Amino acid sequence: MPILKVKNVSIKYVTGDFKSIGLKEYVVRKLKNNYKVNEFWANKNITFELERGDMLGIIGTNGAGKSTLLKAISGIMVPSDGSVQREGKIAALLELASGFDGDLTVKENAYLRGALLGYTRKFMDDTYDQIIEFAELKEFEDRPFKHLSSGMKSRLAFSIASLVNPDILILDEVLSVGDGSFRKKSEAKMKEIINSGATTILVSHSLNQVRSMCNKILWLHRGEQITFGSDVQKICDDYQDFLDGKLKI
Amino acid sequence: MFEELVKRDFKQKYKRSALGMVWSILSPLLMMCVMATIFGHFFGRSIEHYIIYLFSGQVVFNYYTESTNGGMHALMSNARIFTKINVPKYLFLFSKNVSALINFGIILVVYLGFVWFEGITFTWKFLALVYPIVCLIFINLGIGLILSALYIFFRDVEYLYRLFTQIVMYGSAIFYDINRLPQDLQNVFYLNPIFVCITYFRNVVLNNTVPDFWLHALLAGYAVVLFGLGYYVYKKYNYKFLYYV
Ligand SMILES: Nc1ncnc2c1ncn2[C@@H]1O[C@H](COP(=O)(O)OP(=O)(O)OP(=O)(O)O)[C@@H](O)[C@H]1O
Ligand SMILES: [Mg+2]
Repeated sequence: MPILKVKNVSIKYVTGDFKSIGLKEYVVRKLKNNYKVNEFWANKNITFELERGDMLGIIGTNGAGKSTLLKAISGIMVPSDGSVQREGKIAALLELASGFDGDLTVKENAYLRGALLGYTRKFMDDTYDQIIEFAELKEFEDRPFKHLSSGMKSRLAFSIASLVNPDILILDEVLSVGDGSFRKKSEAKMKEIINSGATTILVSHSLNQVRSMCNKILWLHRGEQITFGSDVQKICDDYQDFLDGKLKI
Repeated sequence: MFEELVKRDFKQKYKRSALGMVWSILSPLLMMCVMATIFGHFFGRSIEHYIIYLFSGQVVFNYYTESTNGGMHALMSNARIFTKINVPKYLFLFSKNVSALINFGIILVVYLGFVWFEGITFTWKFLALVYPIVCLIFINLGIGLILSALYIFFRDVEYLYRLFTQIVMYGSAIFYDINRLPQDLQNVFYLNPIFVCITYFRNVVLNNTVPDFWLHALLAGYAVVLFGLGYYVYKKYNYKFLYYV
């Protein structure tokens, strides 16, 4: 019984005209009949399935459509075509540090983010100390969020988001945040979640990380699915060759 | 979650300046004082309790603009959150509306203070004011839902709406009396929900009468239609927002 089923997912961004012209210009152009939009397919026909406990690595160059695919998987985005079926609780850690409010204090932000992720107030009260402890930000608790360094921001975000025990965990280049010691800590925390049986999806530009952690791999290139399979080492080798220019696709 | 959002919106508004809270109450009051001095000369003589007449208009109109403008920006300014976390987007809008409503409540208290000061007696009929307020909440939510969607697609909606608000203001008879206008023209005013709301307030507070059935029906109609439209627009387009922010 697959826990995540991604079937023929395609995602289209609309760019060009529409976005920036404003209502007045839109009406004018519509009347003159020279209104047009550019469509851009960030994902084309992606299909794969994951079982419980799988750890999927998604690789691909910048702009390959990895983050876009994750948005569809986590339900933030509705695919233009195809379907995503998922079971259980899902936690998505996408570009963590964004979406906080600079003027609120660290503590207020923690509660707000917790609320947005669907934690109850009681749960936050109970776990807040643990969060701040883990992020090592105790002494910054009452400072405005904007006074934190960007590493600290990511640390807080990571600490909040990794608290739940999700059935599906999505990580978009988050294991590279923080300094060395925090990275170790967060990797350990990730391992703990993974060992508890969660299905994990990891996007990373570090091939070593992917090789050592994942048992399945999805390679995207310009929105196309190049391969999906469980032969991690082979696909990583191919990808490395491709990056080195030895392999053409 | 909703509670935390409201708290944030409220703090955002008032934290930046210690005077924020005072200011948001003071500014409509000041506005009203200016209007009272200027227009008092023209209309004050023919309208009894002119200051209350004016204030009734101000308090309703002020809530309407604050709530709908807040609503318009609510989605856009939270775009960085809903592109990263899967949350129902309308919550951002509702939370903005709640903080506008709280503000409205405070100004309403000041308003009632003025009413008392003017020597108008409070009767049980004042309770009827709950009706236009509830309708207004739904009207504002509906307009907010429509605007916030439009604003994501077309950024110049902000300017167009500002213009629109101006028109609504002059069309709400805030500082003048429409009874001097020809009957046909008077009827046109009833196309404006804000005017209808203000009229309701004035009827209750100044004339101590609860308006007739058809004013109730009209208000309810506006509330249902506007909220329904907002709901429809949101339902239809909310999954598209992501592509445009
Ligand atoms: N909001 C948007 N509007 C239009 N195009 C977009 C939008 N967001 C992303 N794109 C385009 O979609 C493509 C895929 O972007 P995506 O962020 O998924 O890439 P990625 O694989 O995550 O890249 P990276 O490794 O740099 O994180 C890119 O070409 C990008 O230009
Ligand atoms: Mg990305």
